[in-house]
Amino acid sequence: MVATLDETPTVRTLSLRVPDWPGHLPGQHVDIRLTAPDGYTAQRGYSIATPANGERIDVTVERLEDGEVSPYLNGELVVGDQIELRGPIGGYFVWEPSRGGPVLLVAGGTGVVPLMAMVRERARRASTVPVRLLLSARTFADLVYRDELDRLAAADDGFSVTYALTRGAPAGWTGHRRRVDEAMLAEIAWPVEAGAQTFVCGSTPFVEAVTSGLVALGHPAASIRTERYGAAGAS
Amino acid sequence: MTSDPHYLDGNALGGLLGEVFAADLTTATATCAGCGSVAPVAVMHVYVDAPGAVGRCATCGIVHVRVVQSAERTWLDLRGIRALEMPRLPPPTSPPRP
Repeated sequence: MVATLDETPTVRTLSLRVPDWPGHLPGQHVDIRLTAPDGYTAQRGYSIATPANGERIDVTVERLEDGEVSPYLNGELVVGDQIELRGPIGGYFVWEPSRGGPVLLVAGGTGVVPLMAMVRERARRASTVPVRLLLSARTFADLVYRDELDRLAAADDGFSVTYALTRGAPAGWTGHRRRVDEAMLAEIAWPVEAGAQTFVCGSTPFVEAVTSGLVALGHPAASIRTERYGAAGAS
Repeated sequence: MTSDPHYLDGNALGGLLGEVFAADLTTATATCAGCGSVAPVAVMHVYVDAPGAVGRCATCGIVHVRVVQSAERTWLDLRGIRALEMPRLPPPTSPPRP
């Protein structure tokens, strides 16, 4: 690990230098394995938050207090420590500007991580593919990458971001103050005729709610790609 | 909302199956041996709270795949998948790049 950045009180980005990293596509993940001194191993999947950048990859990890892996990664691990990982993994939940648009991205909490790699790649390529991001979080402080997302949206180059806060909002908040629902999706999603590609990432209940909302609005299920995460972890 | 929020999806199997198959299996389409539905492996519902990982058909719920790993061995049961279809890998003709 070469650097860390605290994104929110419970979410930290770990910058890793991986010798011989072959590169990756936005949306792919790595499996990180921890091995205890007695040989016990625990493994979880973590999405890569950044586009391909040589041997460097960033993963953004939410600290789950009853978790087996995240309290170590987001808490104990310090710059200079080594960890075991494999990747890049997954070819389904990926998007890059050459795949065109329009694109709708919907994230709950740290579900924004793989979508951020897509948004960052779009900016890095100076792409103007229309992309809308809807990010739901508990509170204002829990909006991961908010400053960067606001900056990218301010460029007015076809990227926009909308926030939904589910557990209270600061004074003067003009965004949504409820869970993502069908009415919110109707407002933010592209018209069905636009033939948008949609990527949804979050907890399982979040992904199910968003997917059924979009399907109810007439979006073909096959146009919606999903990735679920949970405390049970991946792999 | 679902009554059983404990499952993930086939994206979570990518690393495990990547140890066994040369191609990325999350984008492969699987034909269910139970209901005949055809869907990418990434869409499968995956339960990881078992000793291994269990993937079930997102349409009918039958077990598609079970994967268990020990420190030395991988055990793979593909009982519920009648067919897998995936793009071929590029031919291994180009010399490895430095």
